[in-house]
This record gives sequence, structure tokens and C-alpha cells, in this order.
Amino acid sequence: SFFPPKLFKRQTLCDMIPLVHSVSVDLNNDASLVIDIPDALCERDKVKFTVHTKTTLSSFQKPEYSVQRQHEDFIWLHDTIVETEEYAGLIIPPAPPKPDFEGPREKMHKLGEGESSMTKEEYAKMKQELEAEYLAVFKKTVQVHEVFLQRLSSHPMFRKDRNFQIFLEYDQDLTVRRKNAKEMFGGFFKNMVKSADEVLISGVKEVDEFFEQEKNFLLDYSSKIKDATAKAEKMTRSHKNVADDYNHISGALNNIAADNNTAFKKHLEKCAEVFEKLRKVEDRMASDQELKLTELLRYYTRDIQAAKDLLYRRARALADYENSNKALDKARLKGKDVAQAEENQKQCLQKFDKLSESGKKELTSFKARRVVAFRKNLIEMTELEIKHAKNSVSLLQGSIEVLKSN
Amino acid sequence: MAASSERSPPPFPDSEEPELLEDSDEGADAFTGTSISEMDSPSPDSTRPPKDIFNEPLEDIFSDPLSNVNSEPQKKVDTKIPSPSSDEAVDLFSDPLDDDSEVISSPEVQNPMPDLLNEPVQAPKSDLLSEPPVSSVKKAASAELFGDEDEEDLFKEPPKVVTKKPQPSGPPVDVFTEVKSDVKVKPQVKDDPTDLFAEEALTAPAPKPSASSSSSRTNGVHSDEHDLFSEATVELSLDSPRNDRKKKDAVKPSVSAPAAPVASSSSKAPSKTLEELEEEESEDTFDLNISVTNPEKVGDGMNAYMAYKVSTQTSLTMFHSKTFTVRRRFSDFLGLYEKLSEKHLQNGYIVPPPPEKSILGMTKVKVGKEDPSSAEFVERRRAALERYLQRVVSHPSLLQDPDVREFLEKEELPRAVSTQALSGAGFLKMLNKATDAVSKMTIKMNEQDVWFDEKIQDVENEEQHMRKLHVMVESLVNHRKELSGNTAVFAKSVAMLGSSEDNTALSRALSQLAEVEDRIEQLHQEQAANDFFTFSELLADYIRLLGAVKGCFDQRMKAWQRWQDAENMLQKKREVEAKLLWANKPDKLQQAKDEIAEWEAKVTQYEREFERISATVRKEVIRFDKEKARDFKRQIIKYLESLLNSQQQLIKYWEAFLPEAKAIA
Repeated sequence: SFFPPKLFKRQTLCDMIPLVHSVSVDLNNDASLVIDIPDALCERDKVKFTVHTKTTLSSFQKPEYSVQRQHEDFIWLHDTIVETEEYAGLIIPPAPPKPDFEGPREKMHKLGEGESSMTKEEYAKMKQELEAEYLAVFKKTVQVHEVFLQRLSSHPMFRKDRNFQIFLEYDQDLTVRRKNAKEMFGGFFKNMVKSADEVLISGVKEVDEFFEQEKNFLLDYSSKIKDATAKAEKMTRSHKNVADDYNHISGALNNIAADNNTAFKKHLEKCAEVFEKLRKVEDRMASDQELKLTELLRYYTRDIQAAKDLLYRRARALADYENSNKALDKARLKGKDVAQAEENQKQCLQKFDKLSESGKKELTSFKARRVVAFRKNLIEMTELEIKHAKNSVSLLQGSIEVLKSN
Repeated sequence: MAASSERSPPPFPDSEEPELLEDSDEGADAFTGTSISEMDSPSPDSTRPPKDIFNEPLEDIFSDPLSNVNSEPQKKVDTKIPSPSSDEAVDLFSDPLDDDSEVISSPEVQNPMPDLLNEPVQAPKSDLLSEPPVSSVKKAASAELFGDEDEEDLFKEPPKVVTKKPQPSGPPVDVFTEVKSDVKVKPQVKDDPTDLFAEEALTAPAPKPSASSSSSRTNGVHSDEHDLFSEATVELSLDSPRNDRKKKDAVKPSVSAPAAPVASSSSKAPSKTLEELEEEESEDTFDLNISVTNPEKVGDGMNAYMAYKVSTQTSLTMFHSKTFTVRRRFSDFLGLYEKLSEKHLQNGYIVPPPPEKSILGMTKVKVGKEDPSSAEFVERRRAALERYLQRVVSHPSLLQDPDVREFLEKEELPRAVSTQALSGAGFLKMLNKATDAVSKMTIKMNEQDVWFDEKIQDVENEEQHMRKLHVMVESLVNHRKELSGNTAVFAKSVAMLGSSEDNTALSRALSQLAEVEDRIEQLHQEQAANDFFTFSELLADYIRLLGAVKGCFDQRMKAWQRWQDAENMLQKKREVEAKLLWANKPDKLQQAKDEIAEWEAKVTQYEREFERISATVRKEVIRFDKEKARDFKRQIIKYLESLLNSQQQLIKYWEAFLPEAKAIA
């Protein structure tokens, strides 16, 4: 592998890639339970995150914990929460996506193949750039895992979740427990959670206007944001391609300069230098766009899916309630098991009402959270775009001056 | 420097500037002291007739170990290998060119005779002298010829002149120094207006017998008169260019036999290298501005063709008026190239090649599809034709060609006939074939001239690197177009997202973002056009031009081959004579002696021709290198300015968006 196992300290990562938090989720700053991932160990596809917890909550045995968790542990935690019926009325923080280093890895492979057609400098630059890209992906991965835990910790319900606490406290490998846990909760809600837009659309007639509106909004918004994410990814990739071209052009110019010994040489070298610097700016710009824009869209694509899942669970509850009504009617007609049907109908109604109530709250706060996050990220992206453009301007102005006075 | 102090240069991260601020001419000195050495005695292969070279299969030219040839140090000097044939040739060749400039400075020079080529007595003086000394205007005008960088040139030249030379004493001096302000100026040159001709003297590095001088014609600077009356050295030095010109005029060169076994070996004044002299060559001394505009489709269907308006603005007296316009079609441009290469290629001139014919592109235009690609094609060709003409007229010798003047001035041009055969791929193939053959011959020739040895390799390498760079830049053009397209698509998608957004402020911000991205898409598109027209096309031009340079090397090779063949023939004739003597056949002896005399004359003639073409090619390549450096610098600056403009626009767009983002609540 091109990328040896490496322990990444948060500090190191930040030094290497000057990026701030990419995704803002407007978490409340409650000091009673603070979680972060200060470092992570990367071995091939496996990433071991160090989860660090500081708490004043009495439910915890100690005020501070530091445990190692893998991506699969996060997924387990997410699954158990999804499967907990109690949380059906909440927007469950989206699970962090699986660490994906395929992009930079594949590029690295291609680079290795193309090594012979490049100069040493070009190759070194490409490799360096890919390593930076790899680190950026890595950092993003760490962040998105951290954000997942922080969203849980900042939620009044989830922060009390027993499995969450186990996840934070248990100082051994979770693997064994995970299997047991899976058996225990075996697909309680799981099957339903999987994509169910049709149910939402063709389902039972909506009685609550708020949810009717939310449903329409989320369905529409979900497809739009998915599309925007894909388009933003493409745009960012194009920026990267342009940056790569700048690199190759810089190399080719240096090649011509190397064979030259006339006045031409200086121009070529200067020009190669300009392209090299432009490459850096373009690369940074692409990375920042990726983090501020694409990653924001990506995150909210998932978050909106989580909100849709909530609507889906509510729609199921509504359908259950209507079914229980029908069953009660039938029972009354037949005069059989009426009390049991009444009890069932009552429970279904309770569940539906509870879901509706918490769902309304959750969706409202979700909207506020989303607006704040968009605001923050759009401002940061714009400021970075301006910064990079200004860098380019001064770089170009300087080079033009030098060339002209030559 | 004056220019850089005007605008305070922004802080630049790297510390490499000082180095770049140095005089850019340093490199040229690498050749200082190199003198053209004699060719080695005939190589074993020389018996082969020249034609064979072209019949040879073209295989593994590139597998040949050419690269080893280049390992010699740059400064290797004076590897004079006395030629068996003529000692004086050596002397003549490495002869001080300084003499020439002295001689030229004599007053007669400034009164050239009328052109012999039915040219009315209207261009007696060089434009240099007849021009008023408004140096900056002149400079600007000539700079326009090469592109749109005149502002830059204007901006930077005048202050330099002022600082360097506060006493603009005489008009010619002013013109001269101004023009040279960024060139190392030789002390003795500085205040000497007559040195304007030093450059022209350069055209005469190879001595020629005076006998051929009668038919010479002016190139605007030279006098024909003076050499008839002045000393032998003058004749020798000035002869050659005139002779070249004569050759251009005559369909078949009728080089007169070696009349005077040239005596200029006596002139031993300190010699300057061609490079040094080239340094002194005034840049852009002519005032000629050509533009190709208004492409217009004439006719319909497959008989349709594009006609272009060719406008010339000039103060050169060789033209009938100061501004004139003609309409020319593409095949006329190709026809011009054909005529020029027919006349000048054999003399070792770099004849700028026209853009290639494109059947696909033109068919689209003919069919009349109004799609952007065909508009782009037309614009691309228009720009290429303009650059082509500008390169032709910026060549001091080609400018003098009657066909060039006819092309620019004459209302109706006889329809070019054979351009079909010459079109695009055709002549490129021809060129490549020729250049491939050169590579082969170079090895066989066992190149003894270090300068050529290195230069041929350099050109080969440069062409290859240039091709690679061209591929990269084309890739950039494509990726930028792709980026533009992807930005447009993203803008649309964000606009849709904005319309779905139920928070009013965020919805507004998103649709504003969509507008910003739309504008950025436009920027990328414009930048892609700049990537292409300013950068990619420049490289495409120079790849073609390097092909032309290789063509010149090939011509030199051919001349060498002819000389070697003559040597071999002479050898055979001598053997025949020896046999006849042995066999005691006096009746045939006289004929054999005559033949020997005939071939001796030929050998001398061909050898001189080879030397002359070597000198011409060498001068041409040096000129080409200079032009190239200037051209690239100009274009690179223009290109960087286009990038700069893009970035400045970007800042504007994003700064306008920032309050929108902050207004999200």
C-alpha cells in the first residue's frame, strides 16, 4: 500500500490541512458530556478512532474515558438507536459513512502506472498532492464520526442511551458484544427503515397539515440536495483536473527550459513556477470547496434522509392506528375480542400521537439547525474563495511584473 | 527597474525573483566564440546521390543514438578542421564580420540603388532612416504586429530609454537605442547610427565571388551601388545576401563560377560571433501592421469558401500606400507559402508555415451549420492566418519578396492552383519526411560543426517537449471547458435547491449563489478560450515552425550532399585522366582535363553554396530563437493577464455574494 499505517493526531492533521470543521450541526455546548476524537490509527481500510469522553454526569462511573472504536462500532451504535422504539419520534443522527480511501488510492495506483511518463518533480508533486488528498479524506472521516457522537451527546434523549454510554465507557473491543446485541435487537425496525418513499407518498391520507407540508418539502428537498451534491462533486473534481493539468504544464515547461540556454529559459522557468503555484491555489480551492460546500450538501443529504425516516416511522404508526381502527370495527361487528382491539387501538393512537408530537419538535429544530449550518458554511466558503482568488491575483501580478521587467 | 517601480509589486512568496530579474540575455553568450568549423572530409556515404535520402524508408530514425551527439560542452570553440579542398574557405568563413559593419557605415550605403526587380524607384532608403525619430510610436506600431501587447511594450520601453540615454542626440541614434533598450548594447554601437546596418551585414557571413553582384537588389537597407566601387572585402561580405536574393528572383540559380578565389582572408579584424551581432540587431524596426479580419463565406454548398479581409498599415515606402485592404481566401495563403518556400527554402530560410487545411472544419462551415464549433473553427483559422502573415512580414528577407507585396497589395490575385496537393497534411507529411531524412543524414554526415550538431539536437528535443506541452495545454482546455459545463450544471441544481428551500433568506442566498456560479461558468468559458487561443495555439504554431526549422537543416544537408557528390565525381574524373595517361591516349586526354576543370569548378561552387546555406541557416535559427523568446514572453504575459482578469472577476463575484450569505437568518 502507498499509505502506511499511521497514527494521526488531530493537531497534526490540522497542521497538514488547514481546514476548520467542515460540517456545522449547531450542537449545544453542554459541558456535562463532552466527546471528541483526538486521534485515529489508520491501517489500510481499518480506522481505529480514539474516542475521548469528559463528563460530569452521575450515570458515568468515571469523569473521563478514552476508548478505541472502529467504524463498525459506530454503525452498531446507530443501528441500536434506530431499532429502539422509544426513539421512533426523533431524527436519528445519520450514521457516518464508511471510510472510503478508494479515490486517492486509485489515483495513487494510476500515478504509479504513469510514473515513467512523468518527470521526477511532477511525480513528486502529484504524490504529495495525493497524500494531501488522502489526509483530507481521512480527516473528513474522523470528523464525521466525531460529529455523529457529538450529536448524540447533545440530544436530551440520546445522551442517556445505555448503548451509547457503553460505547463510550467500555474499554474493551466491542466486537463480541456487538454480535450479541445484534441478536438481541434483531431487525426490529430495520427492515422498515430502508427506503420507503412510496409509503410516504401513497400511504394513508395525512390528517396533519404540518406533516403534510414537511412530507412534501422533504421529498422535494431530498432529491434536489442529492442532485446538488452530485453536481458539486463533479465541479470539484473538474477543479482538481485543472490543478493536475497545471502541474503537468509546469513540468513540461521545465523540460523545455532544461534544454534551453537562451533568454527563453528564464521565461519558461518563470512560467513553470507560476503554473506550479497556480496548481497549489487551485488544489486548495478545490479542497475547500469540497469541504465547505460538497461536504455540507452531503451531510444534509443524509440528515434529510434521517428526517424522512422519522416521517416514515410516523406514517407507519398512522397506518398501524388505522389498521387497529379497522380491526376494532371488525371486532365490534363480530362482537369478539373487542376489549383487546380497543386496547390495541388505544396504544396505536398513543404511539402515533407521541410520534407526531416529538416529530414536530424535531423537524422544527432540524430546520433551524440546517439554516444555521448553511449560513456558516456558505460564509466560510465564500471567504475562502475570496482568499484563494486574492492569492492568485497577487501571484499573477507579481509574475507578470517580473516577466515584463525581464 | 523602471517598469516594476511604477506599480508596487505584490509580495511574492518565493525568493527566486532576483534571479529572474537578471538580464535575460545571459544564455545567448553561451555561444560566444564559437566559430563555424569546416566540415570533415567526405564521409564514406557521400557517393550516394542526394535523392536516395528521400527514397529511404523512414524507419527508426528516432531509435538512432542521436542523444549521444549532444554531450559536448556548449563552449567548445574553433574546432577548425582544415578542409582538404580549400583553405581560404576556412578563413573566409570565420572571417571578422566586423569589417562589414565598418564598411557599411560608409555613406554610399545609405543611397541604395533602385530595386532591380521592376521595383519603381520608391524605396531607396531603409525605412529606418526615413522614419522620423518618434521612437515610442514606432515601437508601438511594430509591436502590434506580434499581438496585442503593445500597451505593455509602450509602458515599459520609454522609461528605459530615458534612464539609459538622457541625450537623444540624433534621430537615428534615438531610434536605435530605444529599440535595443533591453538588449546588451555594445559600447561602440551605442552612439553610432550607422550600426543600424550591422544587422544587415550579418546577412553576409559567407563570402561570395563578386561576379554575381550585378543582379542584386536591395532589401531596403543595402546599397547595390557601393559594392561595385568599394574594396573587395566589402563585396565579399555584402555579396552573399544579394546573391541569395538574386537566387530568389531567378527561377534557377545561376551562380557564377568561382571568379575570384576570394581574398578576404586578409581581413583579420576581431571577429564577433553571430550571436553578438544578433544582439545588436534592432528589433521591430519596421513599421508594418497586418490584420486578418471579417471572415466571410463566399458562395454556397461545397464550392463555398471563406474569404478574409487582409488589411495592412505601414509607413514602409516599398508599398504604394500607407493603408490598404485586399480580400484573400485560404488557398491564397497556402499559395503564398508555396511560392515563398519554393524560392527561399533552398537558401536556408525559415519560411513560416500556414495553418493546416481542415477538411472537417471547413465542411461544417460550408454546410452552413451555425453551431459554435464552426464559429470557433473560423475564428481559430482567422487568428492563425493573421499570425502567419505577421510572421512572414517580420522576416526581413521575406518581406522583400515581390509575392508577399503582391499578396498584401494586389487587388486580384491569380488563383492558386496546386494548393490542393499542398494542403495541410500533405505538406506536413512532406516536411516530416524531409526532417526525418535529416536525422538520418546527420548521423551519416558525422557533423563536425559543433554549433549545428547541438542545434539540430536541441530543435529535435524542443519539438518533442513542445508537443508534450501542447498535449497538456489541450488537456487543460478540455478540463476547463468541462469545469465550465459542470459549474453551469451545478448552478442550475443550486437554483433548484433554492426554489425548494422553505427558509426565505436561505432560499434567496441559494438562488444568488446560483447566479454567482453562472457568472463563474462564463469566466471559465472565457478562460478556456484564452487557454486555447493564447497558449495552445502558440504552441501549435511553434511546433509547425520547429518543423520548418528542421526543413532548413535538411536544405543544408542537401547542399552538403551535393558538394560531396561533386567531390566524388571529380575524383572519378581524375582517375579517368590517370588511366588515360597510363594508357597513353592523348586524344581523349583533353576532354578529361576539361571535365576535371568543370568538376573542380562545381566542387568549389557547391562547397561555397554549402557554406553560404550553413551561414544562412545559422543566422535564421538565431533569429528564430530570438523571435521565439520574444513571442513566448509576450504571449505568456498576455495569458497570465487573462488569468489575472479571471481571478479579479472572481473576487468581485464572491465579494458581492458574501453579504447575501451573511443575511441568511
